[in-house]
Amino acid sequence: MKALGMAMCIGLAAAAPAWAEQSQAEQADRWRDLKLAVFGDRPVTEGTGVIALDAPARAQDASLVPITISLSAGGGTGGGRVKAVWVLVDGNPSPLAGTFTFGPAADPHTLRTRVRVDQYTLMHAVAETEDGRLFSAERYVKAAGGCSAPSLKDPKLAMSRLGQMRLRVDGEGPLAEGQAASAQLLISHPNNNGMQVDQVSHNFIPPRYIQDITVRYGDEVVLSVDADISLSEDPAITFGFVPHGPGPIRVDVLDSTQAKFRQEFPVTAGRS
Amino acid sequence: MQEVAPGIWVRPGVHEEATAANQDGIANIGFIIGRDAVAVLDPGGSLADGQALRAAVRARTSLPVRYVVMTHLHPDHVFGAAAFVDDSPVFVGHARMAGMLVQRGEFYRNALAEVLGIDAAGDYAKPSLLVEGTAEIDLGGRTLHLRAHPTAHTDNDLSVLDAQTGTLWLGDLLFVDRVPALDGSILGWLTQVAALRDAPARLAVPGHGPPAVPWPAAADAQTRYLGGLVRDIRAMIARGGDIETAVATVGQAERSKWLLFDDYNGRNVTAAFKELEWD
Repeated sequence: MKALGMAMCIGLAAAAPAWAEQSQAEQADRWRDLKLAVFGDRPVTEGTGVIALDAPARAQDASLVPITISLSAGGGTGGGRVKAVWVLVDGNPSPLAGTFTFGPAADPHTLRTRVRVDQYTLMHAVAETEDGRLFSAERYVKAAGGCSAPSLKDPKLAMSRLGQMRLRVDGEGPLAEGQAASAQLLISHPNNNGMQVDQVSHNFIPPRYIQDITVRYGDEVVLSVDADISLSEDPAITFGFVPHGPGPIRVDVLDSTQAKFRQEFPVTAGRS
Repeated sequence: MQEVAPGIWVRPGVHEEATAANQDGIANIGFIIGRDAVAVLDPGGSLADGQALRAAVRARTSLPVRYVVMTHLHPDHVFGAAAFVDDSPVFVGHARMAGMLVQRGEFYRNALAEVLGIDAAGDYAKPSLLVEGTAEIDLGGRTLHLRAHPTAHTDNDLSVLDAQTGTLWLGDLLFVDRVPALDGSILGWLTQVAALRDAPARLAVPGHGPPAVPWPAAADAQTRYLGGLVRDIRAMIARGGDIETAVATVGQAERSKWLLFDDYNGRNVTAAFKELEWD
């Protein structure tokens, strides 16, 4: 992806190159094709009342665009709880940034993460409700001309920290049994697509990106994520969960080289 | 050009984004004349910028340009290198510059070509003298002391001390008037500037700002801005704040104090947030 490995450069902050911006018709066509590729002929309805997508109209850093997905319990349509969300960055070479599937310990309410945006593009979040219906929300994002901060500011630091995780549970004091809570997970990982260059050998570093993330509370799955290169470096995911029992929260990560990382977090609110 | 100290010449850049009108002449560039040779400090932002600098050298001395020191890899400082290739100078850069140029050089060339056209963009030159730690270059009775810094403004910042006049050429380790732009480590940048305060220099040449400023006093504003970002972002992270709110609110008290603030503050906050959430 062009945005990867690209530096903040002073002076070249202005508009994206002319070829980067597609017409509305082209954007609509592309979304139609994407829907077909991901969902087949299942109808995808405009999702007001079920799902909303928030993203900055103009990204500060195209490699690190924060998005917030808001989900209504029950959807107001009687469709039931949201069981999965797909995040798509239409204009990316690999548009499906991630599929987030909610487990029994999830509170599918607010989901936040950060994605890479390669060009001015529509972005979509699609929710699947309990009854199998699909609902979409849409945003148009202007990536800052591709001139955005590099993935690896300090490659040695990145590698020494590879696979380490942080979890911050919102709020003060211990969690209340059965009461919805929210947490942010940070995973240190370069999530690169193979366009990085080794500083010493000047060869391309092979791609290495996170493919699977599973978050559990005790034995129950909270969230499982199928991810791809459109997820930002050092993924950050904010999610809701309902604690039953003493925990702990356990996170398992698998990357494309089949490397596995696991970390456990005791369950008191606050940074760990 | 201004002679800020005996034999040290600076062409201040304009506080703008790169345009065809300014030919990416937006950084402070210049040269130092010794008894036997000249060192160019940042060859400029484009072919035209570099050619103008070269003409400025020739207008003042016939001594050979023996060194072209590139303080860091951003295009506004190095794309004028193409204008000096025929002088066969030694191109000098931080040891990490070579690898980063392989990774980003083409992107920079394309981005600059979008603004100036490919013929006018110029090109960087691969450094053949790579500095790790410190190095010295001798211009004949005039030694320049080079320091390769740990990650600060970028991950390949080089500073130059002319001991003869007590002048520090800082490249983008120092911004004055124009808002600092973070492309490395905010904590590293604060640390490196703090360490440089003790250098035996009373004058500094910033990468953007007036051609010369008193040292170390001129670092105070930048330290206040960057230090404020660190303080406020850390407080926000401790409160469970998210990156979007940080971008909207952090640093705004400094808005009236810096040029091009709105163009860069949000990106600075984004980059610093990402660094500090792992701190």
